[in-house]
Amino acid sequence: MIWDWNFTLEILPVLAHAAIVSVEATLIGFVLAATLGLVLAVVRIAVPWTGWTISVLVELIRSTPLLIQIFFIYFVFPKFGLVLDAFTAGVLAIGIHYAAYCSEVYRAGFDNIHRGQWEASIALNLSAWTTFRDIIIPQAIPPIVPALGNYLVALFKETPLLSAIAVMELMQAAKIIGSETFRYTEPITLVGLFFLAMSLVSAVLIRALERLLNRRTMR
Amino acid sequence: MTEQPMVRFENVSKRYGALTVLDGLDLEIARGEKVSVIGPSGSGKTTVLRMLMTLETINDGVIWVEGEPLTHMKRNGKLVPADLAHIRRIRAKIGMVFQSFNLFPHMTAMANCIEAPMTVLGMKRADAQARAAELLDMVGLSQKKDHYPSQLSGGQQQRVAIARALAMRPKIMLFDEVTSALDPELVGEVLQVIRQIGREHDLTMLMVTHQMGFAKEFSDRVCFFYQGKICEQGPPSELFGAPKNERTRQFLHAVLEAG
Repeated sequence: MIWDWNFTLEILPVLAHAAIVSVEATLIGFVLAATLGLVLAVVRIAVPWTGWTISVLVELIRSTPLLIQIFFIYFVFPKFGLVLDAFTAGVLAIGIHYAAYCSEVYRAGFDNIHRGQWEASIALNLSAWTTFRDIIIPQAIPPIVPALGNYLVALFKETPLLSAIAVMELMQAAKIIGSETFRYTEPITLVGLFFLAMSLVSAVLIRALERLLNRRTMR
Repeated sequence: MTEQPMVRFENVSKRYGALTVLDGLDLEIARGEKVSVIGPSGSGKTTVLRMLMTLETINDGVIWVEGEPLTHMKRNGKLVPADLAHIRRIRAKIGMVFQSFNLFPHMTAMANCIEAPMTVLGMKRADAQARAAELLDMVGLSQKKDHYPSQLSGGQQQRVAIARALAMRPKIMLFDEVTSALDPELVGEVLQVIRQIGREHDLTMLMVTHQMGFAKEFSDRVCFFYQGKICEQGPPSELFGAPKNERTRQFLHAVLEAG
């Protein structure tokens, strides 16, 4: 028999524990990506002379593989005195990588705000900070929730890359089980199913959030 | 000493590339004066308001507000381009109402009116709300304070926008074709509100308008703009009754013909 249920039950606790690490990496990575991406997009508008620098930076990050960035932060940063444990280095790399993508999404959101909203903010003498916080961001975010949600799911599906620097997430756990028992069918299948289930759940949650935001803003 | 003009444009020019929108404009507006700006499209009349609100930069000249430069500041006795802090201090005296209302769509009428008083003037929420309630009442919308802009008619939205601008207690109010985007039957209610604040507040008002009847009845002075310059100006009775300039005559003839 190809599939062994006893073996499956035996490895489930190990994989469940690793799944928590995967989800943690996803959530922390995405919060970092969403926040840093927003900062990049805001700074690009609020401080015009940074535009070129940020464009180059974003392009650089988007045009190189995430795996290389993970290796760079984990193995090269220590040469400059910045030593990070594998989980931190990996999550940082994922967060920065997806921040580049998110900043473009935010930028599209800001571009969609009618010029009159900026002009009314100037006429009311609002500060740049208040304009973004109270006027622009609350209007720009709801329409881009689906795009941000897509990146959340994409980011989640890239967390197995962390196994390359031995972070004990799902893929790494499955690989270890496989190399110790020479059985790969169950662990790899379970990991795949877990990703499938989580991605589907996320998609449903994102759609619900989208509906909620639309109800609140598009009266 | 004669009283400072509230606003003074001193040899102000505005260009977009090769196109000169305003050409060496000189214009003084006295405290409390109501000035209407009329003219064909492309004559630079809206640009005058937008420059005063600092929505447009200027290429030459200086704009003064109550004797202080708006676009510039004094440093070592010389005028240098103003920094943001200076601009914000001066433009606090100016409020503007737009053709397309530009209310914040994610905020109720009340929230629209208290946002700036709270964040810019640092008013407490209760005080800001009390003041906003007064103003919404004045524009006849006390029943609509919890409505969102999309739940209001164009005329109601524009009246909220007027209340929102007044909540910042400006000394100068700019009205940029504020009835142009409205259905004809809603124009009256907005003009009525403008008439009322003209009476009740000691505001200096500068408006770009296509409502010749209103300009005639409401303004102390009417300026006719043509090709980036003031072609003719004077009390409405003179400008409308006996225009001296051929361009003015042609424009008024065309506008009044169209009804």
